[in-house]
Amino acid sequence: MSNNTTMDQSTAKPPRLSPLNQRRLATFFNNQRAKWSLWLFLIVFSASLFSEFIANDKPLLVIFDGSVYAPVLKSYPETTFAGDFDTEADYSDPYVSDLIEAKGIIIWPMVPYAYDTHVSDLTTPAPSPPSHKNWLGTDDQARDVFARVIYGFRISILFALTLTIGSCIIGVLVGSLQGYYGGKVDLIGQRFLEIWGGLPVLFLLIIMANIVTPNFWWLLIIMLMFSWTSLVDVVRAEFLRGRNLEYVRAARALGVNNRTIMSRHILPNAMVATITLVPFLLTGAVTTLTSLDFLGFGMPPGSPSLGELVQQGKGNLHAPWLAVTAFGVLALMLTLLVFIGEGIRDAFDPRLVTAS
Amino acid sequence: MSLTQPHASPAAQQEPDTVNTPLLSIKDLSVAFHQASNSVTVVDKISFDIAHNETLALVGESGSGKSMTAHAIMKLLPYPVAHHPSGSITFEGDELLHYNQRQMQRLRGRRIGMIFQEPMTALNPLHTVEKQLSEVLILHRGLRQPALRTKVIELLHKVQIQSPEKRLKAYPHELSGGQRQRVMIAMALANEPTLLIADEPTTALDVTVQREILGLLQNLQKEMGMAILLITHDLGVVRHMANRVAVMHQGKLIELQDSEALFDAPQQEYTRTLLNSHPKGMPLTPSDTNKESLLETKQLSVSFPLNKPLFGKPTRFVHAVKNISLKLTAGQTLGVVGESGSGKSTLAMAILRLLDAQGEITFQKNKLHELNEKKLRPLRKHMQVVFQDPFASLSPRMTVAEIIAEGLSVHTELDHSNREQAVIKVMDEVGLLAADRHRYPHEFSGGQRQRIAIARALVLNPKLLILDEPTSALDRAVQVQVIDLLRDLQHKRGLTYLFISHDLNVVKALSHQVLVMKGGEMVEYGNAREVLEKPQQAYTQRLLQASFLN
Repeated sequence: MSNNTTMDQSTAKPPRLSPLNQRRLATFFNNQRAKWSLWLFLIVFSASLFSEFIANDKPLLVIFDGSVYAPVLKSYPETTFAGDFDTEADYSDPYVSDLIEAKGIIIWPMVPYAYDTHVSDLTTPAPSPPSHKNWLGTDDQARDVFARVIYGFRISILFALTLTIGSCIIGVLVGSLQGYYGGKVDLIGQRFLEIWGGLPVLFLLIIMANIVTPNFWWLLIIMLMFSWTSLVDVVRAEFLRGRNLEYVRAARALGVNNRTIMSRHILPNAMVATITLVPFLLTGAVTTLTSLDFLGFGMPPGSPSLGELVQQGKGNLHAPWLAVTAFGVLALMLTLLVFIGEGIRDAFDPRLVTAS
Repeated sequence: MSLTQPHASPAAQQEPDTVNTPLLSIKDLSVAFHQASNSVTVVDKISFDIAHNETLALVGESGSGKSMTAHAIMKLLPYPVAHHPSGSITFEGDELLHYNQRQMQRLRGRRIGMIFQEPMTALNPLHTVEKQLSEVLILHRGLRQPALRTKVIELLHKVQIQSPEKRLKAYPHELSGGQRQRVMIAMALANEPTLLIADEPTTALDVTVQREILGLLQNLQKEMGMAILLITHDLGVVRHMANRVAVMHQGKLIELQDSEALFDAPQQEYTRTLLNSHPKGMPLTPSDTNKESLLETKQLSVSFPLNKPLFGKPTRFVHAVKNISLKLTAGQTLGVVGESGSGKSTLAMAILRLLDAQGEITFQKNKLHELNEKKLRPLRKHMQVVFQDPFASLSPRMTVAEIIAEGLSVHTELDHSNREQAVIKVMDEVGLLAADRHRYPHEFSGGQRQRIAIARALVLNPKLLILDEPTSALDRAVQVQVIDLLRDLQHKRGLTYLFISHDLNVVKALSHQVLVMKGGEMVEYGNAREVLEKPQQAYTQRLLQASFLN
């Protein structure tokens, strides 16, 4: 047991967040626009993560003959429900649904179409205008636009998030090494970046599209190869400045090794610049994926994508709900991200924080 | 007095009776800042007058509100965040607080001139000396070429810049610190103001240059007949310059007296501590038993390449440290003295092997110059450093406990609770409250921060402590405390100090030996008493003379 005085002194507990970060959080949440944008974005994004339960051509639950089935999670052959084939049951087929409803009930999701379901019972030729069954109408292949939008939103955000996180990891790593070691490492790194930045990304994507069928991961890898460079400059600049700070020199004099100095003493400084940039990288990634899909070099045909919807809108000007939906969704998503980004930027701005 | 002077009676104030009417009269002036929802008062109801041709010194520690007062006179505060809850500023019979932006612009630089502390940042680095000086003349007097150039040259001549014709096209970075300050003075005096506000005009300058600038200001004052409001924390400067002294403390004016009276018989307790707070005491008497040398350098040189050719080796160098050989006995203090740019800090960095150097460094019989970083790491435990600026040398994102314990995690195998105990012990030793260890550096004052930096170095039980200007960023009273602490620690722990400073008062209070440096070279080296009392070299003599050593 330690003596009494030290017991008294050790009652003070370290705060969980540094006061600086507490103040930043407070500043961010004081910004009403950013706060509401963040909540709205989080709600929409988390909802879209459960797209399969919102819009699907498979029922959520089937109670048949006393047993409970969850077709949304597991595939059952038609024979389970006393059908004829060993293949998976097509629940939208009136024959199958009649079979089930004879001996049980079907609970459908809110929208009974998946992104690739061809709506068969349209009264007008596709693309059909919005109706009580297809809230945002159908596209020119008779697929429900609302279903495609929520799946497309999810894939856009997931793509953008993965791309941004990947870019941050590589960019911060390269930037910090260049900035901290300086000299030859920096010189060679900078020249490499200049050459690398000069490569035409779009041509590479077109060439790649001829060699492999582009899918989510291929696109991600190719985009990652070029998008990491955007963070290198800011992080490098912070490290170039940071390595000569007195507390960094003091740490070197203490004998702290380079890795610890970089991660503990300089990286927090560089993180401000990084975090400030992240929301804008996100919007950039969303836009990039959309434009690739629009041009036809993006996701494989049939995938739910906002870019493809834009293209359909352009191709079917007589069906304005396509273009309007695509525009609305993209505008909403990018606006929310930009508002959040602005909020973060202001929260990390030392001048605005101290002035308020 | 009422808060505002009635505007109806300007005639009464514009009497030619300049003896009785003060040039500038400040009454009940307060300055407050809006912060979040409340307002913080930084200057609290101060009143003083400045007569024609008089020098009034405004003295106080940093944060006492002296600069705020000066900026309020020029209305340079960040309005509307700053505001004046009360007070009046009357200059030549006019109420300045009622002036609008336009009237102020006509006043600034014309009737009131101002010089700032940092001449490097106060001059625009993108414009030549001539352009910056001309700007003031064009704005306020509408001068045109060729009269303009003649006037600029005349001004530069007046502030004693050598061959001013050649200096017209110079950019600020091409001038030395002293020359920059001269240009600043020339700008402030261009329109022959009746009042010059000098905000710490010599703080950023070396002592010898400081002497020259102060002399120049005095001459110009006599020649042009203007009043000076001198803001400074340096009492040596005050005694040298001021007719009257106003002492400020925590936003309040606590004493206003004639200079001589104030220095002879200060009325307030605070003024007395301020006057008495110059580093006192003598270095410890070294024990005779311990004569072992701890650190030795032979022909230590540091040079930086000026050109970096793509192929081959650099051919031109600047020699920051040239052939320094020194010997430091265990338990003693070596003071390294010199002006800025003399290579003192570079020498320290080279000894710590934080910079590449040529020559030999022997520390505890280890030849440091032969070791690589990995082999050096265990030795770093025994040689620690405290830097000049306590605001820059502590990571703002770590708590005090984390900062102090960092070295422990590198050099020892202590577990968490033992580390905590070590931190508490060392904080206690340097005079900090151990309960504060979970707070962040920005919550501490300058002196406390310097104690944290010392604790960080001491927690490893070093043999050698390199102190790189540890007191120069601190107020006088705090300086004295830090020096007492250092002396105390040396006594208790038998530490060896390499003490770097430009301040001879401080060096005198701590050092057994003194090394005087100039331009990277050793000028004089020897026993502290001999060097400081009977300097052999002309440069050392000049340095001693300029430093108001008493």
